[in-house]
Amino acid sequence: MATEVSQSQTRAPQPGIDVPGWLRKNLFSTWYNSLISVVLLVIVVQVVTGFFQWAFTTEGWIAAASNGRLILVGRYPAAELWRPQLALALVAILLGLSGGVWRGIAQALTIGFAGMMLVLTALWTQLPPANPPAPLTTELVLVGIAALVGGAYAAGRAGGERLRWPIIVGWFLAYPTIIMILQGFGGTAVPTNLWGGLMLTMLLSVSGIVLSFPLGVLLALGRRSSLPVVKFFCVVYIELIRGVPLITVLFMAQLMLPLFLPSEVRIDAVVRAVVAVTLFSAAYLAENVRGGLQSIPKGQVEAARALGLNVVKTTLLITLPQALKAVIPVLVGQFISLFKDTSLVAIIGLLDLLGVARAINTQPEWLGFPGGVWRETFFVVAVIYWIFSFTMSRSSRQIEANLNRGAR
Amino acid sequence: MATAAPPVQKTTIPFWRDTRILAVLFQVLFVIIVVGVLWFFYTTMMAGLRQANLLPSFAFLSQPASFSIGESVIAYDPSNTYGYALLIGVLNTIRVAIAGVILATIIGIILGISRLSENWLLRNVATVYVEIVRNVPLLLQLFMWLALTQTFPRQQDSISIFGLIYLHNRGVTMAWPVTGSDFGAWVPWLWLGLLAGIAFYVVRRIQFARRDRPGVAMPQAFLLAGAVVAIGYVFVGLSNGEWPLSLSIPELQRFNFVGGIGLTPGFAALLAGLVIYTSVFIGEIVRSGIQAVNKGQREAARALGLTPGQTLRLVIFPQALRIMIPPMTSQYLNLTKNSSLAVAVGYPDLFSIAGTTLNQTGQTVPVIMMVMAAYLTVSLVTSLFMNWYNKRIQLVER
Amino acid sequence: MKRQLLIVLVGALAMILAACGGQTPQAPASPAPADTVAPAAPADTAAPTATEAPPATTAPPAGGETQQPTPGGRIQTILTRGELICGVNQVLPGFGNVDSAGEFSGFDVDFCRATAAALFDDPTAVQFRPLTAQERFTAVQTGEVDVLIRNTTWTLTRDGSVGLDFGPVTFYDGQGMMVRIDSGIETLEDMEGATICVQSGTTTELNLADNFRAIGVNFTPQVFEDADQTAAAYDAGQCDGFTTDKSGLVSYQTKLAVPADHKILDVTMSKEPLGPSVLQGDAQWADAINWVVLATIQAEEFGITSENIGDFLTSDNPDIRRFLGVEGELGQGIGLPNDFAARIISSVGNYEEIYNRNLGPETPFNLPRGQNALYTDGGLLYSPPFR
Repeated sequence: MATEVSQSQTRAPQPGIDVPGWLRKNLFSTWYNSLISVVLLVIVVQVVTGFFQWAFTTEGWIAAASNGRLILVGRYPAAELWRPQLALALVAILLGLSGGVWRGIAQALTIGFAGMMLVLTALWTQLPPANPPAPLTTELVLVGIAALVGGAYAAGRAGGERLRWPIIVGWFLAYPTIIMILQGFGGTAVPTNLWGGLMLTMLLSVSGIVLSFPLGVLLALGRRSSLPVVKFFCVVYIELIRGVPLITVLFMAQLMLPLFLPSEVRIDAVVRAVVAVTLFSAAYLAENVRGGLQSIPKGQVEAARALGLNVVKTTLLITLPQALKAVIPVLVGQFISLFKDTSLVAIIGLLDLLGVARAINTQPEWLGFPGGVWRETFFVVAVIYWIFSFTMSRSSRQIEANLNRGAR
Repeated sequence: MATAAPPVQKTTIPFWRDTRILAVLFQVLFVIIVVGVLWFFYTTMMAGLRQANLLPSFAFLSQPASFSIGESVIAYDPSNTYGYALLIGVLNTIRVAIAGVILATIIGIILGISRLSENWLLRNVATVYVEIVRNVPLLLQLFMWLALTQTFPRQQDSISIFGLIYLHNRGVTMAWPVTGSDFGAWVPWLWLGLLAGIAFYVVRRIQFARRDRPGVAMPQAFLLAGAVVAIGYVFVGLSNGEWPLSLSIPELQRFNFVGGIGLTPGFAALLAGLVIYTSVFIGEIVRSGIQAVNKGQREAARALGLTPGQTLRLVIFPQALRIMIPPMTSQYLNLTKNSSLAVAVGYPDLFSIAGTTLNQTGQTVPVIMMVMAAYLTVSLVTSLFMNWYNKRIQLVER
Repeated sequence: MKRQLLIVLVGALAMILAACGGQTPQAPASPAPADTVAPAAPADTAAPTATEAPPATTAPPAGGETQQPTPGGRIQTILTRGELICGVNQVLPGFGNVDSAGEFSGFDVDFCRATAAALFDDPTAVQFRPLTAQERFTAVQTGEVDVLIRNTTWTLTRDGSVGLDFGPVTFYDGQGMMVRIDSGIETLEDMEGATICVQSGTTTELNLADNFRAIGVNFTPQVFEDADQTAAAYDAGQCDGFTTDKSGLVSYQTKLAVPADHKILDVTMSKEPLGPSVLQGDAQWADAINWVVLATIQAEEFGITSENIGDFLTSDNPDIRRFLGVEGELGQGIGLPNDFAARIISSVGNYEEIYNRNLGPETPFNLPRGQNALYTDGGLLYSPPFR
């Protein structure tokens, strides 16, 4: 979406370099700039000091802190916690390997991930001990995962190029594997209505992204198809979905879908949410991809056809790769909004990250807090959402910059 | 079904390799599958509904709704029909959408310009603000806004701004002009002002056309119309001893403020959430729009002696507008669709009233269909209008 | 770069296929639409005449085996699925509430468990589907839930055009109004110009409009979809009054910041008979739910509790022997096993046990039985004979 086109022309003052000059140029160049600077400075100081005062004096953090498990995995049974932990470890290994092999963004993400684990560990040691105590303490697991990332990173660096394809294959297998692990592949099954918190949010978004991408590409190709029937269907679908709010689509999926199916068929509530989010997001993705397809010069297609490639090959090998490359930033933007949009399932009764926050706010234990604990709980959840979408948007800018550099 | 065209080519290709036949076959298959799936859904649904004696019907629309609605643009009473109640929902949605679009645009433009400001502090504050707001889900922000309204003081301890605006945990109450008994005498002046403005504009336009040179007539026309209306206002007020409009000042009675107009906490929370969330995206559109304008334009304008403000207003912005219109349209539509989250903050928008309606009548399918149709219509109408506006803007380019 | 992109793309396409493959086991019937639709059509013509469901032709169940009722009905679907899906409230302590450990508890929830016990002899074979007041009827209509036991008022419209079939009343209630003590409100007439918090999609919302229209008092409703939000808004002072069923008010009062600052007005604005409901058109399933509820009432009348049921199983009283399924085939006619009452009592208890566990003197609510006592104690609970 928005791209960082301008490099800021001015940098913060270097120590020892003409501070008054910098100030005059960047803060007090004209009378109205001076006014804006002063007013803003007052506001910023007020907000920042107010925030820190609140953050360090409030006691409401206890609500979020004592519900750590609810926030991370929802009502997932304590005895089965090794499943999400295993899944996390799997991701950690893959991420570490990718970081070691590809460097660049993957490396930054790896370092960020390991850092997060360590920060979480530090936070966790401040918490009251779990009840009942888990066989593996959370701190240990977190440190272990951080170590795994490090180990995998080292292995990736050692392995180098050879590991590329195995890792790509590994990423593709990771999604179904993790679903199977969480669902209770071996051992007692964990029904999806117990899934929740960050885990559910991640699951919904990753599933939505993974599934809506191919669907969106198909719809975009369909909309540009020369087959009138296919084109008509795709246009109707895209415009219909884009014309209605997500909440109506979710309402249909959660409450009305059973009406359209025989009573014996029952689709899991989480699966239905995934399908709704996917169908919704695919329509938007399709429009983005179509924009990319339109930007491909006609000569490309003609040249490909002249070389004897058929329609399918032309699309798969020539137009689509270029189009996708052109719209990567937009696609990531779409994925970010999908990630944020999954919070809407909180309205229709799923306990995702936001749903968990609301549940925590209404727990009777926090009635004594003047004004409630919603500030702290919502803040924690907002920070979690923020970290993920900010990471995504930064990575997309990085990718974009890399691509541009390649094109030059 | 159109039968496949008879093969007319000279060299015979087996029909299973003839792309034209394959295309037709494929499409026929596609239609059969799509229609089949839809038909399956439809028959299953109808069978289920028939068994429960719930066949869809629109008869409920003319029955009394008998639930009350907290706020509405036009008068509503529980004895009105469901159809009318749904109309209230539509109007409430439009109300918050229009207010949201206007405010989000203003704030968005300010944000976009701030992001490009020469002022280091302003630029970076705006950047931090944008990065915070756009990476947190709107629904979470709405919940926070609603919770925030509850921490405002109770009505008895309202924050008063000059006794005209009161902030409290039931929203905002502010003084508002109401029509007085002499309003009727002023109405002709309103028409007169309007006519004078139009006449002036038309005459000037004709003059410009005759001299074949561009010119601006709109501001003067507005000024003239405003002057006529103002003179009329003073005239009526002085001659009758009573002003056509009077200010209704809110006053706290036993339970609530009486007088003035009030915004409910639901509306305030929804509007704040929608505006702040959308304005950030609009700000980014404005920023990239401005950046996309050729640098030479700015330099040329500055060389002609225009101030930075004039450059922005007269040279950069009109050109940036053309790039900005299509993405702005989709942001406006997003805002309208996101207003359906009103259900989370207790504002009676269309989706919320539809929920109550289908809950009470059991007519789930028709009600949901109507809601979707309403949003679709709003989306399509907005798209059409913005496309028209876009075309108009583009035509200015010579 | 291009090659990797292509691989990613192809992989993603493969993924969607894999994902579809992964989901098919959950939706096995979709490839055979004709088969699944066909039974529904005859069923609807049969439904009106099926009020007296013919006894199943299968042999009487041996021991605890679940019997096969007439095919095509909701009971069959539930038995095949292996669990009951029960629509409940999740934010009304005492009736339906989910605690921080994720466990459901409450008066309504116990009736869900009783139904599961009757069907499967396992009170845990139930999946609770939390519903808001506004979603609940849609969920029944579409078959999202098998039964709705969510402090739902029995009204003619709901029984008729909304498409529900109500079971016997489990709780007799009336709508009340909670106000702040310092507001000085004593009667509804004092509330001219007040703002009142109410939850949408409830009879309460309608009664409120009707009552105030009848006494000619103007008010502003502040409507929320979520019950917790409604109470929170009232607690924060965004409304002058908070109206819902009186039992609900008692329950919510415990959740307010300072419960002692509030009082419940001594007016009853409506009759609120709360009961379970199922989708209309399946007489057998409606009957089953009816008699599950009645069994708890009858058990209280007999004095059978989860503790002393062992003594009664060997009773010589033919009424009790029939009731507990020791002799006779009472359950068969309604698609339940013959010992369904015994299953309910031993796992969930009789009406009194359910009431006391959730609303009785030991709980924070301490609601007197009042109208919810047996008819022999001056209440309204009365079960038709089990014979």
